[in-house]
Amino acid sequence: MEATAAAPPQRGPKQGRSLHRFANPGRFLRLSGAVLPWLAAAGAALTTVGLVWGLFIAPADWQQGDAVRIMYVHVPAAWLASAGYFALALCSVLSLVWRHPLADLAAAEIGPVGAGFTALCLLTGSIWGKPMWGAWWVWDARLTSVLVLFFLYLGHVALVRAFDDPQRGYRSGAILALIGVVNLPIIKFSVDWWNTLHQPATISFTGAPTMSLGMLWPLLFAALGYTLVFAATVLARTRAAVMERRIRALLMARASEVAA
Amino acid sequence: MTRKRRRLWLLLACGLGLGSATALALLAFRDNLVFFLAPSELASKAPAPGRMFRLGGLVEQGSVRKSTDEGHPAAKFRVTDGAAGVEVTYVGILPDLFREGQGVVTLGTLQADGTFRASEVLAKHDETYMPKEVAEALKKTGHWNPASGPPPPAATWNTMQVKKTGG
Repeated sequence: MEATAAAPPQRGPKQGRSLHRFANPGRFLRLSGAVLPWLAAAGAALTTVGLVWGLFIAPADWQQGDAVRIMYVHVPAAWLASAGYFALALCSVLSLVWRHPLADLAAAEIGPVGAGFTALCLLTGSIWGKPMWGAWWVWDARLTSVLVLFFLYLGHVALVRAFDDPQRGYRSGAILALIGVVNLPIIKFSVDWWNTLHQPATISFTGAPTMSLGMLWPLLFAALGYTLVFAATVLARTRAAVMERRIRALLMARASEVAA
Repeated sequence: MTRKRRRLWLLLACGLGLGSATALALLAFRDNLVFFLAPSELASKAPAPGRMFRLGGLVEQGSVRKSTDEGHPAAKFRVTDGAAGVEVTYVGILPDLFREGQGVVTLGTLQADGTFRASEVLAKHDETYMPKEVAEALKKTGHWNPASGPPPPAATWNTMQVKKTGG
């Protein structure tokens, strides 16, 4: 890792201007390499604390009993599924408008991670729904819109990798990601706009949470932990992609040298 | 700079177009996107007789009568949304969360006599999460009867709990 990071960084024409500072792969590898271990360790620690607290120590719900503990796995996964897609959309704007090269790589790496968190959300939601609602799955607006989010992630993963020319893949993926953004408000407000089996939000930006504090704290710990784990995973994958690209460039250069 | 600016405006214009198109489409399909109908909506939007649809609302307090139908558990209860109520008959096992005052979504058909025969009953739980001891305390002090409506706002009992654990 250090050997590739120590390769002489190529100086771009416009150094030190806004976000394009991080477009320098050498600088990105140095900075992310310093941040990554801390991010990963903090994420793992917070997730462990949140989940152990939630699954073993927090009080059971008065009517759901211990089944309510699935919440500590399910709700942060659902938040991260949406937040991850928002990050994907931001990267897509950076890529389409400012042609930021790292945004392309990051978008391609957010896709599979976001799909994983969405799958976890759907899976745990199903396991929670069977004993509480009496059904594994219903086609209400909330569940359906999250399933659409899952398919958007999968579509992005497939589309980005479907072209021989990676630039065309990044471009198409970014457009798909931005079209899919309309789904985010639909997911958020589906439970308010339409009759759904899924209950409305417990925690809102405007009102007090309708949840006991003994349940709220572990949930917030788990949510922060999930966020850091998500960020660390995407960062590690992006680093790998940068290195991969660099190795490919070195191999190409050597091949053309040999040919000459 | 101008090219970036142009791309940004193009993107914003596309977003605006796509956003309004989606909003219009959702508005047009609004009636088809509901998962269930409330009892008071039945009068205006009653589906064709014999057609399956979902009816949702709260189980009316004191309306649940359980029996057995040829050895199968059966139940009769009223589903209400405050403004109107519908009598529901159901043969089968009710979900664990089923109780008076609980939200339910039932799938079935409207009968000629105005009752609703359900083939599926799903329990809908609300967005309140509360430890057992707090619920017991609220019931004991008479602050809340689960059969009569949603629990009081969390701010009132959360401080109560903090006081209890703190003291």
